Amino acid sequence: MNRKQLSNTLLTALTYLLAFLLFFPILWLLLTSFKPEQLALAMPPRLFFAPTLENYRIAILQSPYLEFLWNTLLITLLATLLALVLGVPVAYAMAFYPTKRTNGAMLWIMSTRMLPPAGVIVPLYVIFRDLSWLDTHLGMIVVYAGMNFPLVVWMVRSFMLEVPYGIIEAARLDGASLLQEFTSVLLPLLIPGLAATVLLSFIFTWNEFFLAVNLTTRSASPLSVYISSFKAAQGDLFVAKMSAAATATVLPVMLAGWAAQRQLVTGLTMGAVK
Amino acid sequence: MASQALSRSQATGKKKSPMEFRRWLSAPGILFLVIVTQVPFLLTLYYSTRGWNLLRPDSDTFIGLRNFSRIIGNAEFYIVLGNTVYLTVAVVVVTLVLGMILALLLNRPFSGQGIARTLLISPFLIMPVVTAVLWKNVLLDPVFGLSAYLIGLFGLPAIDLLAQYPMQAIIIIVSWQWTPFVMLILLAGLQSMPESTLEAASIDGASGWNLFRYMILPHLRSFIEIALLLEMIFILNVFGVIFVTTSGGPGIVTTNLPFQIFQEAFSRWNVGRASAYGVFAVILANILVVLFLRVIGNQNEQEA
Repeated sequence: MNRKQLSNTLLTALTYLLAFLLFFPILWLLLTSFKPEQLALAMPPRLFFAPTLENYRIAILQSPYLEFLWNTLLITLLATLLALVLGVPVAYAMAFYPTKRTNGAMLWIMSTRMLPPAGVIVPLYVIFRDLSWLDTHLGMIVVYAGMNFPLVVWMVRSFMLEVPYGIIEAARLDGASLLQEFTSVLLPLLIPGLAATVLLSFIFTWNEFFLAVNLTTRSASPLSVYISSFKAAQGDLFVAKMSAAATATVLPVMLAGWAAQRQLVTGLTMGAVK
Repeated sequence: MASQALSRSQATGKKKSPMEFRRWLSAPGILFLVIVTQVPFLLTLYYSTRGWNLLRPDSDTFIGLRNFSRIIGNAEFYIVLGNTVYLTVAVVVVTLVLGMILALLLNRPFSGQGIARTLLISPFLIMPVVTAVLWKNVLLDPVFGLSAYLIGLFGLPAIDLLAQYPMQAIIIIVSWQWTPFVMLILLAGLQSMPESTLEAASIDGASGWNLFRYMILPHLRSFIEIALLLEMIFILNVFGVIFVTTSGGPGIVTTNLPFQIFQEAFSRWNVGRASAYGVFAVILANILVVLFLRVIGNQNEQEA
């Protein structure tokens, strides 16, 4: 028994060690963002230093950061909203009024999420150019809504299938209209599921880069495009400021991801794993 | 699930007319999806038969399959394809091993389990472009990077990982990002195992390895398949990390299919050639998608 306890303790220690190691790059990014610029790349690396908020002030307030943040927020929120408006009715019809083709349609919807963006980027670019949608919020909202649509349909449908049918039937017998049935019966039960769906859609859209870098140039570019501009060294002293901008950029998504932890797997596998 | 849903519609079948229209609620969404995904793909097919270069508007003529024959006849294509497969397979192998170890470790009761799990999923949440600038400028910098310091501590000769072993460096970065994905799916699989069977087996004296080999692994099979296929489908699309760290170089050593398409389309403005490459990307992804849908189909049958 003692041997078993010992091995258990060792395994727990190993788990902590691995968790720390894998998290370490993120911790280091956070630390670097609070370092005075001269110490950011000091050799040997500094673990202790007088933390400063100067990097955040410069990287966020004295740079175009806020413009990119605004683009990201606007595009992410409206794309998620559009995906919900279009996707929830589909999920509803597929959950409660299935036909022989529903299964096939659901699989087809899932497969569109797996279409490589690189396989459609050229026509998207040409269409956007002809519509004057290049580098516009509208264009990005539409493509990102398309990207999130399958996720919304699959997740919301799976949550709808869990709603006890008796409740819906009772509402219908009481003569509830479609709108009443949805807003006063389904919606309250779906709120947790919808929240998880919104968080996941938010994460994917916020982090997307390929479509953003090819379909925008500056005025509608999201943060991912701005951060990518740090690929080339910007003068000698930029690492601490870059870390501040990067930390500010990943923080909302980390929080969203932690909050949606339990639904993360369902969303990532389109409901294949619960 | 499906059969239950079917009986529902039969139950409501009496009030046909007002209910019938509810089926059509999906029409706008489906139409939207067709327009934003299927129409562009059909256009990709169409453009792949054109000799169109955006810099020369008069070049938009039908050239049949010549884009494809030029691609296939060029050694570059096989290098790019090889890079794509190498990156994908290497990441899948690394993340499967690491993800399995982490899932097994997390699937034991211990205090602070939630914190360990939260820390472990974090790399997956980081924006890929941030991951790339972080590794490139802070961790892997050959002079000032943390890795340079650690290598120096052990007295090893300095290396510039991204310059000397660019593909391996990208594999490390992408694996770091995707390990949590595999871990989460396998963990879900482990947690769906009835504890009583495991307990019974261990009371019977089965060793840890035998338990893993003959009980856990068979149970995890469909979870492993789902994790691997989905991961491959998404790793085929890796772009941001390459764009930031190596720009596909040196030469085309780290150019994968998406990066090649990006180059053809937005450096050389060759719409026809980029589209033909795009067709290859879609074919490659679709092979995996078909396998994935089959796995999911099998799983649903088993449940029913």
